[in-house]
Amino acid sequence: MSTTTADLQNPQGDEHLDDVSHHHQHHFATMEQQFDTSKIGMWLFLVTEVLTFGGLFVGFGLMQNRYPREFVEAHEHLQRLAGATNTVVLLVSSFTMVMGVLAARTNQAAKCARYLWITVGCAAIFMCIKAYEYTHKYEEGLLPGYFYHHHGDLIPGSHGYSTFFSFYFMMTGLHGLHVMIGAVLLAWLAVRAKRGEFNSVYYTPVDLVGLFWHLVDMIWIYLFPLYYLIK
Amino acid sequence: MEHTLTHGTASGEQPHSEKNYLNETTGIWSWMTTVDHKRIGIMYLVAVCVAFALGGTFALLVRLALLNPQHTLFGKHWVDQEMYNRFFTLHGVVMVFLFIIPSIPGSLANFVLPLMLGAKDVAFPRLNLMSFYLWVIGAVLGISGILMGGVDTGWTFYTPYSATTSTHVTIVLMAAFILGFSSIFTGLNFIATVHKLRAPGMGWFDMPLFIWGIYATAIIQILATPVLAITLVLLMIERNFQIGIFDSRIGGDPVLMQHFFWFYSHPAVYIMILPGMAIMSEIVPTFCRKTIFGYRAIAYSSISLALLSFLVWGHHMFVAGESDLANVVFSGLTFLVALPSGVKVFNWLSTMYKGNITFETPMLYALNFLILFSIGGLTGIFFATLATDVHLTDTYWVVAHFHYTMMGGTAIAFFGGIHYWWPKMTGKMYNETWGRIGAILVLIGFNVTFMSQFVMGGRGMPRRYFNYLDQFAPMHMYSTIGSWILAVAFLVTALNLLASLKFGPKASANPWGGTTMEWQTDSPPITHNFHDQPVLEREPYDYRPREVTHA
Repeated sequence: MSTTTADLQNPQGDEHLDDVSHHHQHHFATMEQQFDTSKIGMWLFLVTEVLTFGGLFVGFGLMQNRYPREFVEAHEHLQRLAGATNTVVLLVSSFTMVMGVLAARTNQAAKCARYLWITVGCAAIFMCIKAYEYTHKYEEGLLPGYFYHHHGDLIPGSHGYSTFFSFYFMMTGLHGLHVMIGAVLLAWLAVRAKRGEFNSVYYTPVDLVGLFWHLVDMIWIYLFPLYYLIK
Repeated sequence: MEHTLTHGTASGEQPHSEKNYLNETTGIWSWMTTVDHKRIGIMYLVAVCVAFALGGTFALLVRLALLNPQHTLFGKHWVDQEMYNRFFTLHGVVMVFLFIIPSIPGSLANFVLPLMLGAKDVAFPRLNLMSFYLWVIGAVLGISGILMGGVDTGWTFYTPYSATTSTHVTIVLMAAFILGFSSIFTGLNFIATVHKLRAPGMGWFDMPLFIWGIYATAIIQILATPVLAITLVLLMIERNFQIGIFDSRIGGDPVLMQHFFWFYSHPAVYIMILPGMAIMSEIVPTFCRKTIFGYRAIAYSSISLALLSFLVWGHHMFVAGESDLANVVFSGLTFLVALPSGVKVFNWLSTMYKGNITFETPMLYALNFLILFSIGGLTGIFFATLATDVHLTDTYWVVAHFHYTMMGGTAIAFFGGIHYWWPKMTGKMYNETWGRIGAILVLIGFNVTFMSQFVMGGRGMPRRYFNYLDQFAPMHMYSTIGSWILAVAFLVTALNLLASLKFGPKASANPWGGTTMEWQTDSPPITHNFHDQPVLEREPYDYRPREVTHA
């Protein structure tokens, strides 16, 4: 699976890889072997990410089944416009990420750095909007578990509302953590790209962080309808 | 031993032996910063053996506390319930998270997997070192939790008790969380290595079966461990902030925690046993001098065990209010697990049939494994059967069953593997007589300890109870005496191995006449493993007579 993906990502093929003397680690025979291996490693790591979030998605599903009316009512408290804006921001950042990888692969260091910084900017916007939403929840008392103290619910005293917000904060919080980690990685790459460390032979870190970033986006693509749209 | 020694020296692979991975660089710092899979494997080996000794000490304390119904020693009352709860919890936590899960993958597989593939190292050497340090951090956290007063929840951390007890649950959960990442990164490393670093000419079905077992293990490590990670995070948050996901007082579900926990921890028992089976598939053909019977069947059974392991977690909740339908489905799926396990056992037996068997220490451990694992596997079927499960759940039958598989299986295979690869790892031969004595004592001590627990369990002695009826007193006493025999056995084994480092004769490159690639390089290997890139010349376990092609 991963070999074919790597081939797609690397249409230039062997001739570019073998004639340039970029060093590879001693236990690999070629740059290409090293690149493919790194790629497999990253895909496996992404699998673990999916499963980490998977547990939370399953838990959410079970609790939604237990408290269907509370969950519908609770989701009305979420700010749909903020969520939709964040979705657009992350989609744009995915695009700039791809352009960054392309620029790295085509030896355009400055352009690569620029695209990476734009991606970091998108991450920052996302986190700002998220902070605004969290503040609103905090002020309304829409908080997890024991801390929930919102008034005026249709089913007073039901634990469904607080459970909804337990999952909301766990899942969006864990996702937000990933956005921040991604942003730090991207900034580090942008600095390295500016120094001209990436080229058509060696751009593995950009490619791998790119994969990670797309996964972070994709998780949000699932979180957004789950929390903001589904009735 | 003598004849194999001369056989190895005769093959004349020793002239390069001055420089090897052990003496190429020296000093503590060169070890702590090494990215050599062999050195990391050795560090893991030392570390997990220390953990085994620690967990074993707690086991001895548990057994000592249960020696008699009055809990006295020489007429003195020395232990109370609280202390006892901590003993068995710490025994479980240390043995599961610090010993069994990292034992074979971290130490032996780390050492021999790249050698068997003809590779110079694992795919990500630095990540490999990071796995080891994550283990160290996890161990330090876990042990500081123990020193601060320990945990009394049992290793399963079931809510609601784990969310409310005043013992140091959070720090131990943190330790388990970090150890999980250590395990994930090891698995990730091995999968990438197997995919991309096989020697030229080595296809998937030319790999030694050890690799297949470790590969299957790695699949589980990657797919299951993240679920444990998120479960432990949720539990830590539940405990400290009361978010109401597992706490039924504020809307949560304690059984959800059990489901999450076993979604990891049932596959995790295959993280434990598959590497043990992997070692078996190496030792048996080598000491029978016979091509392994049913290579593909064993390879596929490893993968199918890995996949099946994800479908059976519900059998831990048969009496926890699971629906009848779910119970029936999980029961049926659990029976399926017996098939690949049986395939392996019968293939090893068929390999032995008409083989040229010799009884060196590793082979004795392999025979121990066959006996003990078969008992452990068959007694597991009692739990898959819904009706008997109700009777046996949470009795000593469970304790005995999983010790027969985990200890009788994995730990025994681990010690067999240590003896098998000891010459390769250290370049020294241990004393065969004492090795054999150790292996036989383990078998005796183990059965005395745990067979008595089957009897107690069948008669209804609940697990984890401090007080028990007088009718169970004799069996508890036998079990405790067995634990002392086991302690002596492991002491003999450890002393024998350590003594070999100083007094043992030099090992040849291939003392057992093995056919896999790790035997084609020096003992101990050079830092880059092989002098020249090895190329696959024949399939593994090929003991048919042939022309000698290498001199």
